[in-house]
Amino acid sequence: MRALLRRDLALAVRAGGGFGLSLAFFLILVTLVPFGVGPQSELLGRIAPGILWVGALLACLLSLDRLFQLDWEDGSLDLLAVSPLPMEGVVATKALAHWLTTGLPLTIAAPLFGVLLNLPIPGYLWLFLSLLIGTPALSVIGSFGAALTVGLKRGGLLLSLLVLPLYVPTLIFGAEVVRRAVDGMTLLTSLAMLGGITMAAWALLPFAAAAAIRINLR
Amino acid sequence: MSIWEYANPVRFMRTSAVLLPWVSVGAALCLSVGLIWGFFFTPDDYRQGSTVKIIYLHVPSAMMAINIWAMMLVTSLIWVIRRHHVSVLAAKAAAPIGAIMTMIALATGAIWGQPMWGTWWEWDPRLTAFLILFLFYLGYIALWAALENPDTAADLTSIVCLVGSVFAVISRYAINFWNQGLHQGASLSLDAEENVSDVFWQPLVLCIVGFILLFVALLLVRTRTEIRARRLMALKLRERTA
Repeated sequence: MRALLRRDLALAVRAGGGFGLSLAFFLILVTLVPFGVGPQSELLGRIAPGILWVGALLACLLSLDRLFQLDWEDGSLDLLAVSPLPMEGVVATKALAHWLTTGLPLTIAAPLFGVLLNLPIPGYLWLFLSLLIGTPALSVIGSFGAALTVGLKRGGLLLSLLVLPLYVPTLIFGAEVVRRAVDGMTLLTSLAMLGGITMAAWALLPFAAAAAIRINLR
Repeated sequence: MSIWEYANPVRFMRTSAVLLPWVSVGAALCLSVGLIWGFFFTPDDYRQGSTVKIIYLHVPSAMMAINIWAMMLVTSLIWVIRRHHVSVLAAKAAAPIGAIMTMIALATGAIWGQPMWGTWWEWDPRLTAFLILFLFYLGYIALWAALENPDTAADLTSIVCLVGSVFAVISRYAINFWNQGLHQGASLSLDAEENVSDVFWQPLVLCIVGFILLFVALLLVRTRTEIRARRLMALKLRERTA
C-alpha cells in the first residue's frame, strides 16, 4: 500500500500537468469570477465562501479522470487486481494519493485566494478547516466516479455528470461552515455533518468503487 | 409457482402481452375520468382559484418520480443478487419514464408556483431535491447509453443506482438544512390533521391510480422492447460468428 502510494505521488508530481494544473485551474476560476459579477468588494466578500468551495470542487473534478485511466491503459490496473492487495485497498490508496496531490494543495491555497475575493477575516480559519475536512470526501467520491467510467474512451463528461450530483451534500455543509463563520453564527453542526460525510464516504465508497473496477476489468 | 419464474424472458413476454391491453385501458380510463372530473367538476379553491387544479398532474407525477427511482433500486438489487436479466432491463426501461415524471413535476410546479408564490423557481428544499433527482436520472441514463457491453452496463448502472439512492437521501436532508421551504408539507398523509379536502381528494386518488397504471403500461412496453432488442443483438451476433 505504501509503495503504491509512493508510486502514485511520484507519478503525479513528475509526470507533469496533474499536480499544478488543478491549482492553476482554481486560480483562474477565482480570477474569472470578479469579471463575471463585477469588482465590488463587498459583493465579492459575500459570495467568496461559495465561490471558493465550488472552485475547489471543480478543480478536484478536473483531475479525476486520470485517477485510473492511465493505469487502465498501460495494464497496471490488471497487475494491481491480481496483487495481494485487495482492490478496496488500491482504490483507497489511489484516492488518498489524489487527495494529497489535489485536495491538500487546494486547501492550503484557498485562504490565499480568499484574499483575492475579499473574504471577511473570520472566514479564513474555517475555510481552511472545512476544506481540510471536506476535500477527502471529494476525492473518494470522485474515485468512485472514475472507477465507473474507466473503461470508456471519452468518459470525462459522463464522469462529471455522475459525480457532481454526489458532491451536493459535501458542498452544502462545507460552504455552510464558511458562511456561518463569516456571519458569526455557530457552525459546529455543519462541521460535524461535513466530517460525518467524509468519514462515511471513506468507509463505504471504496467498496463500491472496487466493485466497479472489478466489473470493468472483467 | 413463485415470482422468480417471471425472470424467464419468455414467460415474462407471454404474461406481459396478456396484461398490457388491460393495464393500458385501465390507465386511459382512470386518467381521463380523473382529469376530466378534476378539471371540470370540482369547485375552485377559495384562496387559489382554479390554479389548484394543476394538482391533478403535479402530485401524481411527483409521487411517481420518487417511486420509480425506488422501483429501480429494487430491480437493480434483484439483478445484483440474483442475476435476472428481465429485472435489470426493467430498471433500464423505467429510468427515462422517471426522468420525464420528474420533469413534469418540476414544470407543473413552476406553472403552479408562478401565480401562487409569484416566482417560477425558488431554491426551496423540495424543488432543489427534485432537480437533483433529475440529475441522478440523467447520469443513470447516460451511463447506460455510454457502455457497450450489456452486462457491464447492467452491473455498473446498478451500482450507480445503489450509491445514488444513498446520496439522494443524504442530499434531501442536507438541502433541508441549507434553506427553508416555501413548499407546503405533506397534505395527503393518512394520519395528518389537515389534509386536502374530500372534493379534491377523490379525483386526485383516481389520477394517482391512473399515473401508476400508465407507468406500468409504459414500463411493460419498454421492457418488452428491451428484451426484443436483446434478442436481436444475440441473433446478429450469432449470424456474424456463424
